[in-house]
Amino acid sequence: MFKYAIRRLLWLPVLMTVASLFVFTLGTYGPGDPVIVMMGARYNPETADRMRKELGLDRPFHVQYSEYMWNFVRGDFGESLRFRGQPVRDIILPKMWVSAQLALVATAIVVVLALPLGFYIAHRQGRWDDPTIVAIAVILGAIPIMVTVPSLLWFFCRYVKWIPCSGWGGIFDLRIVVPVISMGVFQIAGLLRLMRASTLDVMGQDFVRTARAKGLSIFQVDRIHVLRNALIPVVTVMAFSLAGLIGGSFITETIMGIPGIGRFVVESVFNRDYPVIMAVTLIGAAAFGLSTLLADIAYAMIDPRIRYDSESNLN
Amino acid sequence: MAVRELASVAEKRQRSRGHFARAWSRLLRKKLAVVCMVTLVVVYLAGIFAAWISPYGYQEQDYSHIRESPSVDISGGVGNFWNNSHIAGTDRAGRDIFTRILWGIQNTVLLTVVAMLTGALPIGLTLGLLAGYFGGKIDSLIMRTGEIAAVFPEFFMVIIIASTLGPRIREWVIWLEDNTFFDGLITSGFVDYIVISLALVSFGWIGLARLLRGQILYLRESQHIEAARAIGASTKRIMFLHLLPNAMSPILVSVTMGMGVFIGTEIFLSWIGLGIQPPRPSLGRMLLEAGNIGTLRNEPWMLFAPGFVAWILLLSWNLLGDALNDVFNPRTR
Repeated sequence: MFKYAIRRLLWLPVLMTVASLFVFTLGTYGPGDPVIVMMGARYNPETADRMRKELGLDRPFHVQYSEYMWNFVRGDFGESLRFRGQPVRDIILPKMWVSAQLALVATAIVVVLALPLGFYIAHRQGRWDDPTIVAIAVILGAIPIMVTVPSLLWFFCRYVKWIPCSGWGGIFDLRIVVPVISMGVFQIAGLLRLMRASTLDVMGQDFVRTARAKGLSIFQVDRIHVLRNALIPVVTVMAFSLAGLIGGSFITETIMGIPGIGRFVVESVFNRDYPVIMAVTLIGAAAFGLSTLLADIAYAMIDPRIRYDSESNLN
Repeated sequence: MAVRELASVAEKRQRSRGHFARAWSRLLRKKLAVVCMVTLVVVYLAGIFAAWISPYGYQEQDYSHIRESPSVDISGGVGNFWNNSHIAGTDRAGRDIFTRILWGIQNTVLLTVVAMLTGALPIGLTLGLLAGYFGGKIDSLIMRTGEIAAVFPEFFMVIIIASTLGPRIREWVIWLEDNTFFDGLITSGFVDYIVISLALVSFGWIGLARLLRGQILYLRESQHIEAARAIGASTKRIMFLHLLPNAMSPILVSVTMGMGVFIGTEIFLSWIGLGIQPPRPSLGRMLLEAGNIGTLRNEPWMLFAPGFVAWILLLSWNLLGDALNDVFNPRTR
């Protein structure tokens, strides 16, 4: 277990290096010169050359790359090309924090709704409420988020006039209602059905029947035998569902004018602001790698049958 | 017990028809799956034949009918109502929204089908097969590549590819138009198609390759493969005759689900302005233009008409995928 975690952790920098090389190569050799984009209509070749020299963009690839990576490791993410003189770190960290809050709250809502509901409807298999709840969740989940956000916004802000129409005021502000509904309540279908299937699977196992047969009450069996085992496959998926929220949060951020990282990254891509793209890519890759690692470890802690130390289970 | 035995006898009798024929007939017994399939066929045909069905041109502006709500106009006789009415309303330039939706469906449908059938599916299957069958270095090379590609969140990868490769491909195509007899490629939206397909394929193959690899790893140890190898079947024969067909059911489910994801991604790309470029209509673009409170208050059909179509497409593919999953794994219900 421990060995496995160490190996995975060592693999993470390799992953990040390759990912960063990919983005850096696109930044250096890809189309769209950032200097030309920066200068816009005031472009003239001499100034452009001087700017390139100032920014260090005229040096060979490997020098630029190794310098960037060395600075990155020390926590200096470089300077934004679009907002001259501003360190990338100061720009992106606050925005990332906003997006992270949004994603965490939405995930929390999904978990709080989907797990109990899924557990409940698994017990109601074959009655009316099982298919009804699944159908409602699936139907809501298929609505594109570009439709739900404006619609909810219209309802809450123009129709019942409960909340302000745009902006961001932290997670205890009323304005979080629309993102939470569109990214949380509407997206429970996946986890709900996974929880349902997993619970049904466990309920059909022999040890559950044995537990009932030896006279344990339904609640004891449910709590100790069924729930714990049903949660095992669900835990791994949760790490990935967090990553899946990013796309949705980007759309929500854009429509509602929330100062998150999503909109900013896309603008940076359009403006060829490669220091920002690099930093976000690397931090995102690290976060993603760590969260999947955590999920795997959590998986092994809940289910003692799972061992990672044999080669065959590496993937 | 007796019922189950009877069922298994019936199952045995059916066996001569083959795995997929049986799965098909089981699928046809599911009402919801049939409804989904019919819906998809109708929507896809509507998109493909947009040029014949649509009552107007997608760029045709009619300033006497600006921001008109959905209506059926039979003043010109019942026979002419199709060409006189705006059944999904008009937008601010007086363009018929129903027409634009049809053309938007055409873009979405062609793109996703082409990207799946010519890109993600063959690449994913080939790499998964190679990784699973040969193992060792080939396996780690392919799987590590997939892992690195999967490090980028899907939407981020798609944006990077669409925004960096897009202009370069556009340059090539312009050169092609200038120097060869090809003409009208830019105006036909050809470039957008290539860029979006590349973006979709960039992440689409990973899941399929991983899935097939797992299947192959499992099947490789089974006895019928051992038997095939024992009687001297070639590697090619084992791969394409024994392994691939046996691993096909989960692949089919995954492709069906993947179509929904592709459609969602295409709409997303067009929404942020990296997909189909105006004036060619696309569902994502229409959702973007109508996705604000002001429009929603005065012209809600502008958002809900394309939104409804996108919803139907996503829902049908997802439900069809579920039904297929049930058909292939009847135990996990």
